[in-house]
Amino acid sequence: MRKSAPRLLLSALNHATLFLFILVLIVFGLLSPKFFTVAGLTNLFVQASSTTVVGVGMTFVLLTAGVDLSVGSIMFVAAAVAGKLALGGTSLPVALLAIVSIGLVFGLLNALLVTRLAIIAFISTLGTLYAGRGFGLWLTQTRAMNLPDNFLALGASKFVGIPTPLIIGAFVVAFAQLTLTRTSFGRQLYAVGNNLEAARKAGLNTRLLLAAVYMLSGLCAAIGGILSLAQLGAVSPTFGTNREFTAIAAAVLGGTSLFGGRGGVFPGTVLGALLIQCVENGLVILNADPYLYPLVTAALIFLAVLLDSTRSRILAHWARRKIFVEDAV
Amino acid sequence: MTPLLQVESVEKSFFGIPVLKAVSFTIGAGRIVGLVGENGAGKSTLMNLLGGNLHPDGGTMRFNGNSYAPVNPRAARAAGIGFVHQELNLFPNLNIAENLFLTNFPQTGPVIRRGELHKRATALLKTVGIELPSTTPVDRLSNGERQLVEVAHALSFNARLIILDEPTTSLSARETERLFKLVRQLRDDGRSLIYISHALDEVLRLSDDVVVLRDGEVVGQGKATEFDQNKLVSLMVGRELKQLFPKGRSLPLRRALESNEVGAEPRAPLLEVRKVSQPGVVRDVSFSLRRCEVVGLSGLMGAGRTELARILFGLDPHECGTILVSGEPLTGSPRRRIRRGLAMLTENRRDDGLCLEASVADNIALVTLPNYTTSPLRLINFASLRNGLAKIREAVRLQPKLSNEQPVKTLSGGNQQKVVLAKWLLATPQVLILDEPTRGIDVGAKSEIYQLIRDLADRGAGVLVISSELEELTGLCDRILVMNRGRIASEFAPGEFDRERILNAALPT
Repeated sequence: MRKSAPRLLLSALNHATLFLFILVLIVFGLLSPKFFTVAGLTNLFVQASSTTVVGVGMTFVLLTAGVDLSVGSIMFVAAAVAGKLALGGTSLPVALLAIVSIGLVFGLLNALLVTRLAIIAFISTLGTLYAGRGFGLWLTQTRAMNLPDNFLALGASKFVGIPTPLIIGAFVVAFAQLTLTRTSFGRQLYAVGNNLEAARKAGLNTRLLLAAVYMLSGLCAAIGGILSLAQLGAVSPTFGTNREFTAIAAAVLGGTSLFGGRGGVFPGTVLGALLIQCVENGLVILNADPYLYPLVTAALIFLAVLLDSTRSRILAHWARRKIFVEDAV
Repeated sequence: MTPLLQVESVEKSFFGIPVLKAVSFTIGAGRIVGLVGENGAGKSTLMNLLGGNLHPDGGTMRFNGNSYAPVNPRAARAAGIGFVHQELNLFPNLNIAENLFLTNFPQTGPVIRRGELHKRATALLKTVGIELPSTTPVDRLSNGERQLVEVAHALSFNARLIILDEPTTSLSARETERLFKLVRQLRDDGRSLIYISHALDEVLRLSDDVVVLRDGEVVGQGKATEFDQNKLVSLMVGRELKQLFPKGRSLPLRRALESNEVGAEPRAPLLEVRKVSQPGVVRDVSFSLRRCEVVGLSGLMGAGRTELARILFGLDPHECGTILVSGEPLTGSPRRRIRRGLAMLTENRRDDGLCLEASVADNIALVTLPNYTTSPLRLINFASLRNGLAKIREAVRLQPKLSNEQPVKTLSGGNQQKVVLAKWLLATPQVLILDEPTRGIDVGAKSEIYQLIRDLADRGAGVLVISSELEELTGLCDRILVMNRGRIASEFAPGEFDRERILNAALPT
């Protein structure tokens, strides 16, 4: 069948991130010889692992047509508590467990606000963003903490020659991919995101489904926090700031719709996260003014949202109109 | 043999107003039961009780030999009652199989067994006669196919009773026949079906039994052969409806036509469409609409009627051709076209025609609110607005009991449509485009809307009526155009209104 113009456009939009990623790779590859080495690429993947994991959690939330703005603050609180515990002599596994629990607790808080008090996700999670940041700042007394070496060692460690952060990231992605495509929970999330009311009428437990995605998002934020900590080795008062935006950008660049019901983590969110990381690394290589970074990130976010809204417009257009095949003249 | 469903003196009130009053009826196994009644007669409430969305205040129900009191839709489904809703409750972003088994996927642990899923889905699709892979995304399906998928969904949990609520409103003639064949086949398998529709001829043709509701009471039930359309209508409205369509042709038009015949200068058309084309939508469409004229636009689903209306109103672009109003080209946004005297009543009032949460007054004043302001700050002059509202409400005969502050979502379909009409009539349009003006509204309101359309034309407006009901067009219009795959296939003058010929012109050749 001959492809019509809008179908081609949609196809182009769906692959825009991939094209962009390849383009960025080529440009920076030409600019820096170190870029295309095994070490360079591995480094890219390791650095992107944190954004990927947080983005995976965000993808779950976005699929239900919600949003979780609190992920950056969750990362910060989790890191602050872990730092306190680690400096107080708690062992690494216990500290990690504490981080994960904090992620789940914040996720539960968001879930209760959204499903029980029926406060829209944007406001609920904006509230937890501020509450979390405030709590973390109080906890750390706004002082930076240098963590014991075992955190950094975790970041540098390898398992059968593969960096641990990469393994963790890959595991989260694989688990999420399986959940979204192969479990009834995953498929039901797509239904909820498409039409909450219809999902309720179809007999789905929409409250539980919505609660679960905020829990998952909190959990992923905490794990992403561990991965960031393992690379930085320190908790500064700005740790995790604006990470909600990179996470949303990664998911949306990867084709997940802000309007819910469409998208996925692989290759979607993974590709989005890699693109963002690639651009950031490129800016470092170019020796760009650090104050320009937010501008570039903002441009990426606008691009992502533009792609999404254009795609949605085309799809809405199709849903409405019956197009018959023109007779050959 | 005990009946499949027994409803005994079921009652339901909302805020002290009884909606169902001691409703009793039975449905035998392996029967198709047509349920008819005007809007507001209590059909939806009754179905919501059966479906577990609402709970009765009194009375009992027995289903399949057991006492039946579903607490929620899931319980209704578990008992074996399936729904095919008017607004289709499918998820277009999932595929057919996923839609069918959304709440009971075959799975090992949490993981879906895909082979099993598609095997079962394929079997169901075969039963309902869809020859598509079960992995087809639902957004690729036509309305008719979606309806069949909904039936398949009811079969997926082996429903004994399947309730179809206005299933044919958005189906083509062929899709309707396909659905009817399936409904009969399911009946022959021993299932029972409740068929709710305003299309009385369909109800009579399809059903074994008929139940008529009026004002929350069963006013007639029995074998379908004991009823005919007139009897159903008179039971539904409680009086013989003598004249559904306004009588005669409008006087000004007759005069105008006469003056044309004696060789006077032909009147310039009010709306003139010249060779309008948009690829894949409409092709080479030309026609004109005169003052005082009601022109019908007939055709099958997907013939391009609504699409043409959207182009005329400036909602969609067209690649070539011109549209003239009173001889001047018509261009730009709907806003500009409204200023030129256009108005369009959309086919789907809930989505495109009304702000459902907003009040009657807000909806009626939506287009013309700036006319009810006073300088210098252009503040709303509520006195003059109230005045305008009162006049227009009377003109469209909106139920006087309804307050201006009532949200329109609480209104019946007929009154909602009158609100939409009132909104446009306040703007005193010259060219009215009405897309399915009587869809899903009751007989009484229909007749009133026909009268309104006729009155408007008599006062000099040109009206273009799009309708899938042929009787509506033949009864109301001065001329009928038939669209077929994006073209205007033929035109019929009043003497030539012949159901068969019109239908043949609409059918694909």
